[in-house]
Amino acid sequence: MVEKNGIVQLKNIDVTFHNEGKTIEAVKDVSINVQKGDVFGVIGYSGAGKSTLVRVINLLQKPTAGEVIVNDQKLTELSAKDLRKARKNIGMIFQHFNLMRSLTVFGNVAFPLRDSKLSKQARKDKVNNLLELVGLSDRANNYPSQLSGGQKQRVAIARALASDPEILISDEATSALDPKTTTEILSLLGRLNKELGITIVIITHEMDAIKQICNRVAVMEEGKLIEEGDLLTIFANPKRKLTKDFVNTSTQISNVLDEVKESGIIDSISGHLVELNFMGDVTNEPIIIELYKKFNIEANILFSNIERLQGTTVGIMLFDLEGEQNKIDKAIQYLTDLKINVKEIDLKESEGK
Amino acid sequence: MTHFLNTYLPNVVANWEGDNGFVVAIQQTLYMTFVSAIFAGIIGIILGILLVVTTDDGITPHKVFYTTLDKLVNLFRSIPFIILLAVIGPFTKLIVGQTIGPTGALVPLVIGTAPFFARQVQLALVEVDQGVIEAAEAMGLSPIQIIFRVYLKEGLPELIRSGTLTTISLIGLTAMAGAVGGGGLGNMAISVGYQRFENDVTIVSMLLILVLVFVIQGLGDFAVRKLEH
Repeated sequence: MVEKNGIVQLKNIDVTFHNEGKTIEAVKDVSINVQKGDVFGVIGYSGAGKSTLVRVINLLQKPTAGEVIVNDQKLTELSAKDLRKARKNIGMIFQHFNLMRSLTVFGNVAFPLRDSKLSKQARKDKVNNLLELVGLSDRANNYPSQLSGGQKQRVAIARALASDPEILISDEATSALDPKTTTEILSLLGRLNKELGITIVIITHEMDAIKQICNRVAVMEEGKLIEEGDLLTIFANPKRKLTKDFVNTSTQISNVLDEVKESGIIDSISGHLVELNFMGDVTNEPIIIELYKKFNIEANILFSNIERLQGTTVGIMLFDLEGEQNKIDKAIQYLTDLKINVKEIDLKESEGK
Repeated sequence: MTHFLNTYLPNVVANWEGDNGFVVAIQQTLYMTFVSAIFAGIIGIILGILLVVTTDDGITPHKVFYTTLDKLVNLFRSIPFIILLAVIGPFTKLIVGQTIGPTGALVPLVIGTAPFFARQVQLALVEVDQGVIEAAEAMGLSPIQIIFRVYLKEGLPELIRSGTLTTISLIGLTAMAGAVGGGGLGNMAISVGYQRFENDVTIVSMLLILVLVFVIQGLGDFAVRKLEH
């Protein structure tokens, strides 16, 4: 697939650290191309180099090799002064919010506007509008120490938006927040993406965060980009083991499989466990009834998780099929024909691992 | 009241006014303390900032500069003040034209205090959240803007705390400088109170210095309370 040049292009980025004689390759030959309007997620465990990678986008981290092109501008070739100007177009939010303790909420949001040409009143209006956008109008005169984590992150988002950036980088911005607040912050980011058209690059170690707002995903492991694609493809059809792990953790199916194995149910069932993955219209078919009518097979649902991603239904189910072997084979063929991805699970094998 | 003073503090009363009296001594101590605090403060803040921004993970790292400055600060901090007073006599004369009296004490007081304060400033600014510095860099602020808008703003309560501490230790140094010809309350306590066995003079000198220390500590604490959120 030929992609057009995106708003953020990282080409063959290497970042190598030298520390007390040791050489650490934090990022190895990574290229990404983020299109305007994307919510691009980079997922990986800590130490995978994802934070280093996104910090290359605004050159907070200088790459050892490679090119950084933002808005058709080669950042790596800019003078210090031009780079500072370019950075104003790239907002950034952080895991620990990084607000000024000595300034009020209003002061923090107004901070990037210190050198703007706006009049005093225009500046005030702008800050108030931003605070309204993030839902914190009533907190303008509070200090960060008086706010909760979620509120602090909202202030940080408002501050990042103050210079009207086209790109917003979120560096683990929800990792220090509880699940409910995480969802709120993510939906705020999603709203900003839709309403302001701002391109967002988020990095996280939580698949749920990716699922909630990203349309494209890149998976990183040990400094390398191991898999990249649009959310649905990655979610419904992960190729690499790490990607599968992330997807499984998110759907909870790995927990269920473990439980099925540990509990006594195993002995009582005939052992025909299948995992179904499907996307889109398939969900309208009454497959359980069809299986019974066509093949006289009883399908027992052990687990089912169906969710909407980017407006498309994506499902994963765990069936225990009971019936004659040849009928089961036919049934699996029938399901496959419906474009359902069927995987037979060998309990003994997975038990032994 | 007068009777009480004359009975218990006869020498204090006798030495209250006049060229070598308490009034003049208090003025001299205040003069030495505040003039050298201002100069040492400015030099200390500049040096402290330079130390913070040129260190390895500072905003404009410069290894050679940092190492040199770091060593110099340590060197000057290591010289005992009483020896410094004597050693830099010629330099003092060059700068202020005299080596004795409160003005003659200014140069050694500044040189004795500035490196100490520079270290305090460095420690205060290093405490400023590195994440906030990074956020400021990400917003496109220049190093100068980061120094004035982030470091000095976020570090202000801590700077005032260090400033208070430094000023108090500076008062101690003025007393020492006074004893070797600088004048002020230190001189009063030693050359009048101690050497002439006029103990009441020594005690009152000490009490006046303590009052000065408490006032400065109180002002510092008040400012920090106002600034911290």
